Amino acid sequence: MVKLELQSVWLAYGGNVVVKDITFQVMPGEMVGLIGPNGSGKSTIIKAISHVISLYSGKIFLDGKDVFKIPRGDLARLIGVVPQMPLLPSAFTAFEIVLMGRNPHLGLLQYEGARDLAITWRAMEKTATHSLAERRVGELSGGEIQRIVIARVLAQEPKSILLDEPTANLDISHQVEILDLIKNLCLENNLTVLVALHDLNLASQYCDRLILINSGRVHVQGTPEEVINSRNIREVYGAEGCVYAHPVNGLPAVLLKAGSSKHAKPGDAIKGV
Amino acid sequence: MSLSQVKPSSLEQSVPIHFPHWRHRTYAILGLLIASGGVVAFATTVGSVQIPFSTVWRILLSQLPLVDIAPTWLSTTETIILEIRLPRVILAGLVGAALAIAGATYQGLFRNPLADPYLIGVAQGASLGAVIGFLLPLDWHGMGFGIVPLLAFTGALFSVAIVYNLARVGKTLPMTTLILAGVALGALWGSIVSYLIITSGEKMHGIIFWLMGSFSLSQWSEVKVVLPYVVVGVAIILLYARPLNVMHLDEEQAQQLGINVERLKLVLLAAATLITAAAVCFVGTIGFVGIIIPHAVRLVWGPDYRFLLPLSVLSGAIFLILADLVARTALAPTEIPIGVITAVCGAPFFLYLLRRKKRAVFF
Repeated sequence: MVKLELQSVWLAYGGNVVVKDITFQVMPGEMVGLIGPNGSGKSTIIKAISHVISLYSGKIFLDGKDVFKIPRGDLARLIGVVPQMPLLPSAFTAFEIVLMGRNPHLGLLQYEGARDLAITWRAMEKTATHSLAERRVGELSGGEIQRIVIARVLAQEPKSILLDEPTANLDISHQVEILDLIKNLCLENNLTVLVALHDLNLASQYCDRLILINSGRVHVQGTPEEVINSRNIREVYGAEGCVYAHPVNGLPAVLLKAGSSKHAKPGDAIKGV
Repeated sequence: MSLSQVKPSSLEQSVPIHFPHWRHRTYAILGLLIASGGVVAFATTVGSVQIPFSTVWRILLSQLPLVDIAPTWLSTTETIILEIRLPRVILAGLVGAALAIAGATYQGLFRNPLADPYLIGVAQGASLGAVIGFLLPLDWHGMGFGIVPLLAFTGALFSVAIVYNLARVGKTLPMTTLILAGVALGALWGSIVSYLIITSGEKMHGIIFWLMGSFSLSQWSEVKVVLPYVVVGVAIILLYARPLNVMHLDEEQAQQLGINVERLKLVLLAAATLITAAAVCFVGTIGFVGIIIPHAVRLVWGPDYRFLLPLSVLSGAIFLILADLVARTALAPTEIPIGVITAVCGAPFFLYLLRRKKRAVFF
């Protein structure tokens, strides 16, 4: 079980700094949400933790070890990533894609054995993609591809999972199904889960803690109740959101109102009042 | 319950183990292996001098260790089989295998269905080297080969080395930059080659024949030079079949699945370039094999590189042996350049495979 720790991390593309001085921790068994507007740096943070881009400055530790000093093969057994809208080669079957999750567990001279096939199959059952196993990826919908990539990360058996908008392509029933699945895995296996989410309501429902990012900086972090309130939403999103307590579990829920953006005509603002 | 906590035995029972079609594809590899042996024997039988199939078999088998067959044939017959036809057939097989696996490797690395072994300047570099070799007033021979293959081989490697260094950005090698640098430098070499050809006078015919490819002068000494490159290169590429599958996703996902992407690119580019350079330096820049054979294999047996690579090796070898057979017999005693035959015979077959699918082709 691993603890993920970012210490004053700065990230840049070329000379263009996009993430500024971010510090947070994710503990084993904890599901933490990264929220914030488009372009605030959520995806960039996930890429840096998985060592796809390098740091501008700062440190990222996994269980006290510097992520950038862990060899890639070892890192892929510790961290699994579900990228945002992943591109998959269309000729491969769903099963072949999920089987690629076993790659970090196999040496150059090893082939997938019965155990790898079995773990792959079980990962597909868990994500309800086993009926798609022999279909070519090019024939599948966005939501099916999303679930296949989540199955691949399960087959990878990492200690920590990073997800970038895992529900972006899914309808509401699959959104809940996938996040339930991730939440369960997190609790049962003490996984360290960091998930970037657009949907503030889903973030509030599923995450133990939320980190609200605004133009590359941490605006506020804490429990959903501490983070999701009208003031923070106005400051970060510039939109007027109405925050209520969820009628069943009392967690904060955001309801949007037409006419609350800067593009609204004066007459729209009072619609429905 | 965690996946890893489940007992393997209980897991195995739940898997419909038949479905990754692996057994089917393994049989295909075995089948093609046997077929390639048959094709070698068949191609050795056919030629301007009629030699019965049984005699050819007995001559071939008598060369194997521990086989003792008393010669009942003329020594000239043996010379025709062993010194003229067999090296030619073997070299055609080696070159076909090398171009096919190099093409499959480039297509995977670049994630581009249009990639072929000549994409980043190997062919144009080899052509320039060869043309310079033809035009030099030198008649150098050493280590079993002349100045033309030596300069063709050097030109191919030199060209790719330049492209590689132009495309490198710090410690990374962006593949799009690599393709564009390769295409641009290839065009530069190509125009120099064109200019040299039109000013080459009486040597023009020989140069053009070389560029279109021919096995007409193949000897064992050439097989001995090409064989080690092809064996080592193919072995290295086969070793990286699974990482190539993962690489086909995209570089970011490949890194997140534990692939050292930059090292993989370097190793595979080096291996594929070496075997391509070795393949073309004696016989010319034969087209079509390197791009079409991997696609034909994909259409029939799927994109999984663990099967695609060995199946491409065998299909490429069989295809080029048969193409060379047509090249030397169709208009005998005139030889047709093999680059003409590969497309004339290969394109209709490939188009048939394309149409047979009756749906969009995935890559």
